[in-house]
Amino acid sequence: MWRPCGAIDDTYEKDLAIVRTRLQWGGMLAGLIALFLMPYYVSGVTLNTVNHIAITIVALHGVNILTGMTGLITLGQAAFMAVGAYSMTLMIEFWGWSFWAAVPVATLITGLVGIVVGLPSIRIKGFYLAMATLAAQFIIPWVIMNVRPDLTGGTDTITVPAPSLGGFKFISQESIFYICMTVAVLVTYFTRNLQRSRFGRAFVAIRDNDLAAEIMGIGIIRYKLLSFFLCSLYAGLAGCLYAIWMRGLSVEHFTLNESIWYLGMLIVGGMGSVPGVVFGAVLIRGLNILVLYIGPYVGNYFDAATATAIELGMGPIVFGLVVLGFLIFEPRGLARIFERFKAFYRIWPFSY
Amino acid sequence: MLFLQYFISGILTGGIYGLIGVAIVIIYKATEVFNFAVGALMTFCALICVSLLTDFNLPFWLAVPLSLVLAGVLGAIVERAGLRPLLAQPILTLIMATLAIESILRGVMLSIWTGYTISFPKGLLPGKTIFLGPLFIPHEFLYAFVVAMVTFGLVGLFFYKTQTGLKMRVTAESHEVAMALGVNITRIFAFTWMLAVMVGALAGIFLGNRLGLQVIITSSIAFKALPAIIFGGLDSVAGAILGGFIVGVLEKMAGGYIDPKVAEITPYIILLLILLVRPEGLFGKKRIERI
Repeated sequence: MWRPCGAIDDTYEKDLAIVRTRLQWGGMLAGLIALFLMPYYVSGVTLNTVNHIAITIVALHGVNILTGMTGLITLGQAAFMAVGAYSMTLMIEFWGWSFWAAVPVATLITGLVGIVVGLPSIRIKGFYLAMATLAAQFIIPWVIMNVRPDLTGGTDTITVPAPSLGGFKFISQESIFYICMTVAVLVTYFTRNLQRSRFGRAFVAIRDNDLAAEIMGIGIIRYKLLSFFLCSLYAGLAGCLYAIWMRGLSVEHFTLNESIWYLGMLIVGGMGSVPGVVFGAVLIRGLNILVLYIGPYVGNYFDAATATAIELGMGPIVFGLVVLGFLIFEPRGLARIFERFKAFYRIWPFSY
Repeated sequence: MLFLQYFISGILTGGIYGLIGVAIVIIYKATEVFNFAVGALMTFCALICVSLLTDFNLPFWLAVPLSLVLAGVLGAIVERAGLRPLLAQPILTLIMATLAIESILRGVMLSIWTGYTISFPKGLLPGKTIFLGPLFIPHEFLYAFVVAMVTFGLVGLFFYKTQTGLKMRVTAESHEVAMALGVNITRIFAFTWMLAVMVGALAGIFLGNRLGLQVIITSSIAFKALPAIIFGGLDSVAGAILGGFIVGVLEKMAGGYIDPKVAEITPYIILLLILLVRPEGLFGKKRIERI
């Protein structure tokens, strides 16, 4: 795949490698170094956005595994994030756990909740499954708000204590950047390998035709539940990061709308593609920031009340138009455009 | 007595859920698109109705038919611009397309009508809340119920007595058969969307009359119609109506006997239970798959 000619694999290890040529190695290392030096050359506001994008990427990889690879539509990713964020915060607040111990446990709890929500997927798929996850998206925030409001703060915002390591407190955007970005890079690497493994191939087989996959000996119940488990595992991790990034939690942050945005990012990036996840998250979050900046300029042409209304409405309009445009004109998303660009670049200037 | 009170208010709200359910089911039957945008469409049309009443000072009897006509136009636009280019695409694409349309409509609504609650003018519908001994019946919901019943009847007549209705039914049965019989199915799709958005608009107008309209809250009420249609079966119009009543009654019962807060999620718990026990619903067709 997309290699210059003349690079011949003479060992299995080389054939399996993701990064194949010396140029790609160089590019990747330079890219990673540039990425992790980011706090030194961008402003705090930008870094804030970058952190949000990194968290989004983690959650979106989960959606990609469930929806992109396995073909099970989820409208509940934000609710799963809420499970992770709240269970982590409660463990820190009431059991006095440290952040580093609470995160894995909270992630695991979210994974188990995901399996429970995924149970209907044994019998149903398509629209029906979308509705089952939609039900979870309504039920989970309700449980958080109403079952133990004394612990979760009900509809109020609760504060999240900053994680600390050996006396150092992760409060500034720079320090949180290192946590979020490290997790995002590791999760991307893990997902890329998962996709090429036995599990990833089984997921894709289920997506393409679950009956055929079952006949070929793939235990579809096991793999569907595993897919749900992984998806919510990622969501739980993203939820923990979100909690320390926001430093305050409210169920208002984990709405159905947010879940829909994740699906939209997946469409824009390219279904089932790992680089696509990164593209989709960057494009949609970036556009949202752009709209926030442009909004006041557009509002200048109207009176004050109309201006605020328009600024409020522009985000959803732009999101909807972009997603609809991608669905109609480039259903395989930015990942496909990227592939085409690479193919073009490789054979340029001799396009035969 | 309390039981009767909950039962009556459940049936009355159930009528509105049934209307929304019918709006979803007729689109699903004919085009195999599950319309998640129905909430936004219905709120949009209801807001148009409010604007006709307050900004253009039209009388109620004129504003409602006019907003229904505009609802039809809106349905046709949505079908032509959003769904026609995506004929015969995979399920996720269609779901995402309706969600994108919902997002666009929500943005437009927020831009025009802001995020505040907008109420219909007071006293549009003659009469006031009826007290029958210890029972009380909000008259707006009674009107809504009557209108819902009439609409169900008219939709039934349309399906069974008109040429277009016949074409719609054959399209719902099988696209290939319909095309072989000379039905222009893309036109039927457009008609279906127009009809569905009009039915949804009625639900929105009567819902807004009682509760006021808020872009996000009113849109999300439509999601409560999902258990109704799953209960009756995704491809059964009669099932959607019956499901609407059952979900409405169960919601009020749970709210009354357990806790008012539980009422908010009762429909979704019902939804999960039905999906686990009998996914095809009461009257739905059981799918047989071939590879």
